[in-house]
Amino acid sequence: MHVPDGFINAPVSAVAGVVAAGAVAVSLRGARRELGGERAAPLAGLVAAFIFAVQMLNFPVAAGTSGHLLGGALAAILVGPFTGVLCIAVVLLMQGILFADGGLTALGVNITVMGVVTVVVAYALFRGLTGVLPRTRRSTTAAAFVAALVSVPAAAVAFTAIYAIGGTTDVPIGKVLTAMVGVHVLIGIGEAVITALTVGAVLAVRPDLVHGARGLAAPLKLRVDGELVDAPAAAPAPAAARAHSTRKVWATGLVAALLLAGFVSYYASANPDGLEKVAADKGIDEKVEEHGAADSPLADYGVKSITDPRISGGLAGVIGVGVTVVVGSGVFWAVHRRRTRQEPATTSHGSV
Amino acid sequence: MGAGHAHTLYRHGHSPVHRLPPHCKLVAVLGFVLVVVSTPREALWAFALYAVLLAAVAAVARVPAGFLLKRLVIEVPFVAFALLMPFVVPGEQTELLGLSVSVPGLWGAWNVLAKGTLGVAASVLLASTTELRSLLLGLQRLRLPPLLVQIASFMLRYGDVITDELRRMSIARRSRGFEARGVRHWGVLAKTAGALFIRSYERGERVHLAMVSRGYTGTLPVIDEVTASRTQWAYASALPVLALGVCLLGWTV
Amino acid sequence: MSTVQPAAAAPSLEVSGLAYAYPDGHQALFGVDLTVERGERVALLGPNGAGKTTLVLHLNGILDAGAGTVRIAGLPVEKRNLAEIRRRVGIVFQDPDDQLFMPTVREDVAFGPASAGLRGAELEERVTAALERVGMERFAARPPHHLSFGQRRRVAVATVLAMEPEILVLDEPSSNLDPASRRELADILRDLDVTVLMVTHDLPYALELCPRAVILGDGVIAADNRTQDLLCDEELMRRHRLELPFGFDPRSVAVPRP
Repeated sequence: MHVPDGFINAPVSAVAGVVAAGAVAVSLRGARRELGGERAAPLAGLVAAFIFAVQMLNFPVAAGTSGHLLGGALAAILVGPFTGVLCIAVVLLMQGILFADGGLTALGVNITVMGVVTVVVAYALFRGLTGVLPRTRRSTTAAAFVAALVSVPAAAVAFTAIYAIGGTTDVPIGKVLTAMVGVHVLIGIGEAVITALTVGAVLAVRPDLVHGARGLAAPLKLRVDGELVDAPAAAPAPAAARAHSTRKVWATGLVAALLLAGFVSYYASANPDGLEKVAADKGIDEKVEEHGAADSPLADYGVKSITDPRISGGLAGVIGVGVTVVVGSGVFWAVHRRRTRQEPATTSHGSV
Repeated sequence: MGAGHAHTLYRHGHSPVHRLPPHCKLVAVLGFVLVVVSTPREALWAFALYAVLLAAVAAVARVPAGFLLKRLVIEVPFVAFALLMPFVVPGEQTELLGLSVSVPGLWGAWNVLAKGTLGVAASVLLASTTELRSLLLGLQRLRLPPLLVQIASFMLRYGDVITDELRRMSIARRSRGFEARGVRHWGVLAKTAGALFIRSYERGERVHLAMVSRGYTGTLPVIDEVTASRTQWAYASALPVLALGVCLLGWTV
Repeated sequence: MSTVQPAAAAPSLEVSGLAYAYPDGHQALFGVDLTVERGERVALLGPNGAGKTTLVLHLNGILDAGAGTVRIAGLPVEKRNLAEIRRRVGIVFQDPDDQLFMPTVREDVAFGPASAGLRGAELEERVTAALERVGMERFAARPPHHLSFGQRRRVAVATVLAMEPEILVLDEPSSNLDPASRRELADILRDLDVTVLMVTHDLPYALELCPRAVILGDGVIAADNRTQDLLCDEELMRRHRLELPFGFDPRSVAVPRP
């Protein structure tokens, strides 16, 4: 799954890098809240080490083949979305630097696809389902199954989208999508079974450690708190303040992403004869161009029919921003959910 | 990808490359890879030159070629993807070894393989000449958020400890005659993963107590800070600057 | 509380009437009274679940007393004193892997004093001195996980010594040590000139190192006496599920006088 260098062109890699950096910045704040302030560093570090180790646990499939857990959904459900993103991002960073696994320029793509998309999709689905289903262990496990099942092909779709914008070779996107999603649905089934079983195993022993299922352990106490949390005046005030500052970081990240996406697409469009030249060049899909810094996202743009470089460059920018907005709103939604639900749990935890 | 992660790529040595400050090396490698990725694929000679540059660095760092090449295995899944390209990419067809393949597909495959391989090689050189600890110091010096560096540092400190726990649990399972053979054994393996999570989390709580007991209040004191002289920066920048020259030539020729 | 008022003469540790219940309602301590004079070495004995760890976590304010007080060299353990309290109370936890969380031995030993604001040559000096006291100065640059278990335990002691604590609290210091490492650690501990509170199940070790011992049972101090006298009181020992190793006779050994 780790994308190497040279797979996605430089500008799109850079945009993905900004998206990833924004998501990590938001998660840094969120994780402090999820784990309780100063406990964040050791706990997130140990969870990252766990994800790192569990990726080595081989699950035999059949006839000598085996798979392993990717861990995005598991992390999201066990420790919460922010810590989840953070842990996966750190694991990917270390794998890239220490083990040459995944290209350094592709780090942003890798974090966005495997960290942010997987975790946000899994957590959103998980919270949605646990909200609807009856509050039992069985439905928590079922929700974990569905969340993990969908999160893997979702990452494949996200990767295909990035590839469609910034892939260095115009493989027909339809084919890529079919192949990627097909393979990843299979992988997703494995991931889902293992994630659900693992969550179930933790629930059986330490239900209090499953972030996504807090409240299952002592439903009476917490549910009363959870429903009456609007009433006390002391709690909501700091919560609002913190959410506000999170929002600020989030907004800054979004603006930065927009600026960069716009800048990159303008820069790319400034090249006057991208695709015409390519088309004229008897089938070789890319030709040496004048500017020296980067492949333009449209030089290899998958949609051949769009010949106006400015339009297609702009399109690339718009899609980039679209992805940012989707990811950003996902994160924001999660912040919002957490703020209303988890506040009492967090405060009582922090007092020890 | 599992097997390679148990041990780091670091090779002990005292070469000039080993002695360079970690943040200089990080910046140099990142710069180099960026340049490589931005090079037009048609400039075949440019990639050859990049390879020569890396070979020169490897020679100075006394990293044997075999070691470098072995690590390229990490790319295999994407090599498969690249090998498919000539067959699935539409465009002008040509004959190669009696097969009909597409020209853009061939270029695409070349592009991914060349850039990917150079990227892995550069990362391997970085990892094999820089100790874990100094890499973290380098990241800290490059102003990565402190919490992120702390998490990375805890992850590396306890990665081995937790992997050891995993190994002991596996030995305990096998000693009782359990051998995971197929899907029906996933339940047992998932219980292992669950137990491992609980152990990791509880250790995190204990580590936190130990930290608080010694005065931790949320920030790690900066005990070591790496610095680089102008000369060291100049040394480190040789690689990306030369590569940039090659790249610019590639765009103009 | 104490009749001796001047700070210099205040006992290293003074616990009075300490009671504590966990948030889930389970009460662990029911009024603990314990005074440890400066320079004393005291063993804290008791069966599993007697509340030993709970008591230890009160000594540096990780747990808040439900009732009663804890004073370290006269300074009450309270929120506003926590930084100073944590410098004065050095806790060596049971698993050295939990205690050694920094990437190298040197940085780990430096962590405490650096958190207290020490920097530069002074910090370096403190680290070297602490490592020398446990005979680990040659390992300063090594990552902790490359050391043997016994070496890691000694470094864990050094991390705490580097803070120049008023009182050293050891949680099961001899657990998982081979006999040689166990003896080496004993030699180190015996030569330290700080107050020591040692939580242990290892009764011969307590007898060897601590002239005085207390037994924590059912959340209170159930006995407080010379270690040798305690270990010889078979009835008391049986009541608190404390058992001597096979063939060990506490009467037969010469022990340091209190």
